[in-house]
Amino acid sequence: MLSRTADHLFWMSRYIERAENLARLLDVTWQMSLVPQPVEVANQNWKAIIALNSLEESFEKKYSTVNAENVLRFMVSDTDNYASIHSCLRLARENAHAVRGTITSEMWETLNSTWLDAREKTFEQLYGAGIADFFEWVKMRSSLSRGTTLGTLLQDDSYHFIRLGTLLERADNTARILDVKYHVLRPQGEEEGATDFYQWGALLRSVSAFEVYRKAFRDVITPERVAELLVLRSDMPRSLHFCLNGVIKTLDLLANAHSHETQRQAGMLHALLHYARVEDILEQGLHEWLTDFMDRIYLLGNGISRDFLMPMVEEAA
Amino acid sequence: MNFYNEMIDADNGVRAHYRAYDEWLKATPADRIARKRAEADLAFHRVGITFAVYGEEAGKERLIPFDIIPRIIPSQEWKSMQAGLRQRVKTLNLFLHDVYHDQEILKAGKIPAEQILNNAQYRPVMKGVDVPGGVYAHIAGVDIVRAGAGEFYVLEDNLRVPSGVSYMLEDRKMMMRLFPELFAKHKVAPVQHYPDMLLEKLRAVAPNGVNDPTVVVLTPGAYNSAYFEHTFLAQQMGVELVEGRDLFVKNETVYMRTTQGPQRVDVIYRRIDDDYMDPEVFRSDSTLGVPGILRAYQAGNVTLANAIGTGVADDKSIYPYVPEMIRFYLGEEPILNNVPTHMCRKPEELKYVLAHLSELVVKEVHGAGGYGMLVGPASTKEQIEHFRKLLIAKPDGYIAQPTLALSNCPTFVEEGIAPRHLDLRPFVLSSGKCVNMVPGGLTRVALTEGSLVVNSSQGGGTKDTWILED
Repeated sequence: MLSRTADHLFWMSRYIERAENLARLLDVTWQMSLVPQPVEVANQNWKAIIALNSLEESFEKKYSTVNAENVLRFMVSDTDNYASIHSCLRLARENAHAVRGTITSEMWETLNSTWLDAREKTFEQLYGAGIADFFEWVKMRSSLSRGTTLGTLLQDDSYHFIRLGTLLERADNTARILDVKYHVLRPQGEEEGATDFYQWGALLRSVSAFEVYRKAFRDVITPERVAELLVLRSDMPRSLHFCLNGVIKTLDLLANAHSHETQRQAGMLHALLHYARVEDILEQGLHEWLTDFMDRIYLLGNGISRDFLMPMVEEAA
Repeated sequence: MNFYNEMIDADNGVRAHYRAYDEWLKATPADRIARKRAEADLAFHRVGITFAVYGEEAGKERLIPFDIIPRIIPSQEWKSMQAGLRQRVKTLNLFLHDVYHDQEILKAGKIPAEQILNNAQYRPVMKGVDVPGGVYAHIAGVDIVRAGAGEFYVLEDNLRVPSGVSYMLEDRKMMMRLFPELFAKHKVAPVQHYPDMLLEKLRAVAPNGVNDPTVVVLTPGAYNSAYFEHTFLAQQMGVELVEGRDLFVKNETVYMRTTQGPQRVDVIYRRIDDDYMDPEVFRSDSTLGVPGILRAYQAGNVTLANAIGTGVADDKSIYPYVPEMIRFYLGEEPILNNVPTHMCRKPEELKYVLAHLSELVVKEVHGAGGYGMLVGPASTKEQIEHFRKLLIAKPDGYIAQPTLALSNCPTFVEEGIAPRHLDLRPFVLSSGKCVNMVPGGLTRVALTEGSLVVNSSQGGGTKDTWILED
């Protein structure tokens, strides 16, 4: 397959996944902000979202205070914010547009109408109508596009690159959400507070894992188990382990003459998750461990770009 | 002026080939029609069958209006039109081969040599280059208008990168989806095999010795006005849609960059103009093309469809000579009419044109897309005076033709159903000695009352075109 085509497919799926995860996170934070709590605590949660994407600087340029409305406006509808849901949906559609002949017409129509609908909605309308409905819509549109992909696309290289993009993005996003929330919830050495149940519950819900947790542990929510579920469970579709399982399998299918090193790195990262114990990770410090993980995911993305998506060398044919 | 109506005859009766449709239209409730028209609009939008308009807000996409009243042509008329198209396109390919080889037609004095050799569309780099099967214009979009019963004129031969075939196919798909019952009542000749036919033609002109050629469609990119069509055709043929940056040339061979490394490309259906194809030879500032591709082409390692340099045969200054070409190369009389054309470069003709501007249509020799033309009878004094200045300043840049009484056809407009002018663009495919086409073509309709300009860039719409089988 054409490298440029693969590149568009890869990024198309990354942006869809990114929009979905962002909608999940904002949704949960919004729900949580409705639980009685001190203003500082609420604002700290909103601040964490800006920090999640390292967007403090561009946020401060446009908004003077951190509060629910400003952060939602910035992360939902702001066209200047390349990481907003609006931007993600636009970029997903632009990438799809560039390869609309490669994806199925159902896939294209799904992404195109998602964008056309999103474009029509002003922040005031969304906020006024209850923004939770919008988050629900984004999640459903993402599910729909994943579903049409699964249900209509030939499982050739184009499918594999889409899958690779989805999994890599999800691994990164889950790690980020866990890192930021965990940080807020567990400042060094502090004991659990009373609102923790709701906070941990919210974190689980943001990755659609609340019910999964109940099923898996049938016990009270503890930070260790949350970390275990989101990092190490191989059968939990949004966990890091699950994502890396898919990444190495997909890379095997796509392997070419130059991709050896990238596959090796993916394999190492996978082994790290496959053979890890949650106690060891927590002992090392979850934040440190996740930071390292995100760095490696970033490098893996670079490797994939170099080997498959934009080969710069015109090697001897 | 009296116009020929495709559906209604002079005595206000419905023409035989439209009778069944007319009955259906009269029997169908207006609200059902309105609902179906809205459904068509929505579907076209959702599918994204749009085109970009140059000069409008960047990235803005517009729908080409689709009209649900088909343009119906009886098979008898189509058969003669088809024979005329075969004859014409065959001739144009022979002419292109001749022009880039022995130039017999110039030696015979049928066309003034300077008309060809000084033409900006004449590409000296093509001299002596042999192209597979001697085919230059693999895809031709010949614009035909009707002035009266059985009276068809060729308006222009588009031999560079004619577009519109995707609308022809999508219009048919839409009509079948909206009104399946109509297709049960009429024997409408199918057109959906066009992409297969095109792929077959492209494979047939692969370089020598290539048995299983890799065919690609080359697009200028997502911002081109016809991008939808490029993706559509690539998808329908099951070939890669590439941009210039996806290709590179090594050892006079063209490769595309794939996830599995470089892969050789044998046939390129290119939708980029000559000028942008190779920055080493043509416009050096072009980022759309592929450096070195002309070397690979001249070496015979890749086939370009259409060939480089076809513009010299569809240029408006060459158009008046086509009937003579048919006689010269085939020894036949032309089946399709040419519109009588005044060449403004000739002083006596310029004089005539300047004296009759308000009656004539004036066109730029190198113009296309309905830009840069004057329709005398429909123009203001200022517009006419503006063109007078242009003509005097650069007479050889223009031709003029009598304003044809273009036929019209009932069309849905704001006020209801009213006649609007239309033309027809059949897509003619050539490889070696074979010239084929699917029945019909793209019917374009001028939606503004009285307008004779059907180009989509000028607000034209389209209709499904039905060739009725006997």
